[in-house]
Amino acid sequence: MEKTLNQKAWFLVLPVFLLVAFSAVIPLMTVVNYSLQDTFGNNKFFWAGLEWYTELLHSERLWSAFGRQIIFSAIILAIEVPLGVFVALNMPKKGVWASLSLVLMALPLLIPWNVVGTIWQIFGRVDIGLLGHTLAALGIDYNYTRDPLAAWVTIITMDVWHWTSLVALLSYAGLQSIPEAYYQAAKIDQASRWSVFWFIELPKMQGVLMIAILIRFMDSFMIYTEPFVVTGGGPGNATTFLSIDLVKMALGQFDLGPAAAFSLMYFLVVMLVSWVFYTVMTNLDKKAGY
Amino acid sequence: MAKITLSKLAHSYLPDPQGEADYALKEMDHIWEDGQAYALLGPSGCGKTTLLNIISGLLTPSNGRVLFDDIDVTQAPTAARNIAQVFQFPVVYDIMSVRKNLAFPLRNRGMDRASINTRVEAIAAMIEMTDVLERKAQALSADAKQKISLGRALVREDVNAILFDEPLTVIDPAMKWALRTQLKSIHAALGHTMIYVTHDQTEALTFADQVVVMFEGRVVQIGTPQELFETPAHTFVGYFIGSPGMNVLDARVEGAFAYIGDEKIALGADYGRPGGKVQIGIRPEFVSLQSQTGMAAKIHRVEDVGRHKIVRAELCGQAVNMIAPEGTEITAEAARIQFKPDAISVFVEDWRLEPGERVQG
Repeated sequence: MEKTLNQKAWFLVLPVFLLVAFSAVIPLMTVVNYSLQDTFGNNKFFWAGLEWYTELLHSERLWSAFGRQIIFSAIILAIEVPLGVFVALNMPKKGVWASLSLVLMALPLLIPWNVVGTIWQIFGRVDIGLLGHTLAALGIDYNYTRDPLAAWVTIITMDVWHWTSLVALLSYAGLQSIPEAYYQAAKIDQASRWSVFWFIELPKMQGVLMIAILIRFMDSFMIYTEPFVVTGGGPGNATTFLSIDLVKMALGQFDLGPAAAFSLMYFLVVMLVSWVFYTVMTNLDKKAGY
Repeated sequence: MAKITLSKLAHSYLPDPQGEADYALKEMDHIWEDGQAYALLGPSGCGKTTLLNIISGLLTPSNGRVLFDDIDVTQAPTAARNIAQVFQFPVVYDIMSVRKNLAFPLRNRGMDRASINTRVEAIAAMIEMTDVLERKAQALSADAKQKISLGRALVREDVNAILFDEPLTVIDPAMKWALRTQLKSIHAALGHTMIYVTHDQTEALTFADQVVVMFEGRVVQIGTPQELFETPAHTFVGYFIGSPGMNVLDARVEGAFAYIGDEKIALGADYGRPGGKVQIGIRPEFVSLQSQTGMAAKIHRVEDVGRHKIVRAELCGQAVNMIAPEGTEITAEAARIQFKPDAISVFVEDWRLEPGERVQG
């Protein structure tokens, strides 16, 4: 039998092509376009080549924001991951209290980011904030609008408050999947509490912990709303992280070219790190023989 | 190594058990003799694992006491009991090598390095894993992981008892045979008290000197495989042991005869006139096909299993299975069958009645 050949079927994928084009490809290409040109307004553009990229790679402003960003992500990971695991280990395993603690743990995750920012912005104010006022009354010099250290402490505490739950909930899920027999065998083998954690619980949590670290890394690396609401990137540039700097550049100074180059490099860094994480994770899974 | 005594032991998972039905384990007295290999046999949910966990101390019984060599350990934690236990699913410490896995119970007890090494090497040879000692346990197959679990249970020489909770469930059949035989020889060599939980009768019968049959939270019979086969103490033992299990038929018993419908069956001994629910049991091996004499039965189905034929028949409305030797010609739908008189058991209210023992109806 003769097969009918009909190329009209290609039209069926047209909606998807259009959707992807308008939602991803065209906006991305616009950014690429901006990053290679210069403008003095009036929608007149001049070809700039890779000039913005070289300029940014030598810009102290970008590198210091990048440094702050790395330090910020490192600190919050170093606090949230162990703390989250610790919380998960101490959550009740079943019964009413387990459900209750799950709900309580989930609460911070449900609060919109700018609201979290506002809560802490007010909480830390020296004139009316519960925390700021109390600390001032105790004679501790705390003012996040003047003191870079206080600003950092506030933002890190806020992030820990907001996101430790996520790590805890994921770890909790990992812990719950460990069969009871493992704990029983450990008892039979007279393993110490520490051995149980190190040889049973941690290896079994490895998978979910990697996911938690990946999510927390990406989120914290792109953090914008909360520090913007609390400190606006200040005092000075002390809490100006990459995305805050990017928005300043793009919308504050309207430097479209450098901002576009900036965001592309930013995008590449996040993708690169995520790729590394993904590779490490899949390798671990392979080793585990799943 | 120790003698383990269970005294008036019972357990309920409910905080406030009312009647007997609330107990997962009904009250029992039992002594596990030192150095014996026991199998704990019963269907799923009959309380085998509960009993095992009480002995190992993973569970504290609601009533009664557990004694090791006459020392009360009912409230003692697992670690203090010096027990080894193997679970249904392999438990290995993933990030440790096989060697470290085997050494783990010894290291936790503070044994010196040299002795640990000799002991681990010996056990590795026993479970045939010497060549993978340095591999990570995580990457091994389920079989190998379960062998590691077995090895970890055997590695301590001074344990009071080794408990096995259906340890061969995840192992493939060929390996099962090998491991079971190995366990048996290990038992002969080390002489530990071993309790082996299983719902597989072949496993129980091949492993153990004494088989403890449990049913609905109760120990219904303790005996050698032969005793379980020939003189089941409870209709459940009759059903559960053997393939197919014992035929249990409702009957009326008067003296040395039983009556099923119009059929009169000789019993080989005088049982008096028991009342209540009376049944007679006969193993399929002792039911024979006759050409002339015997009781009229209807044959429904013949299954040829190779070594012999299993004949599914019906006698006065009750199902009867029989085993016929290979080569028996079974043609007619109607046939005559006969029971071997001295192989018939009599049960009253599901419990075995011995001839001469009188039950008032």
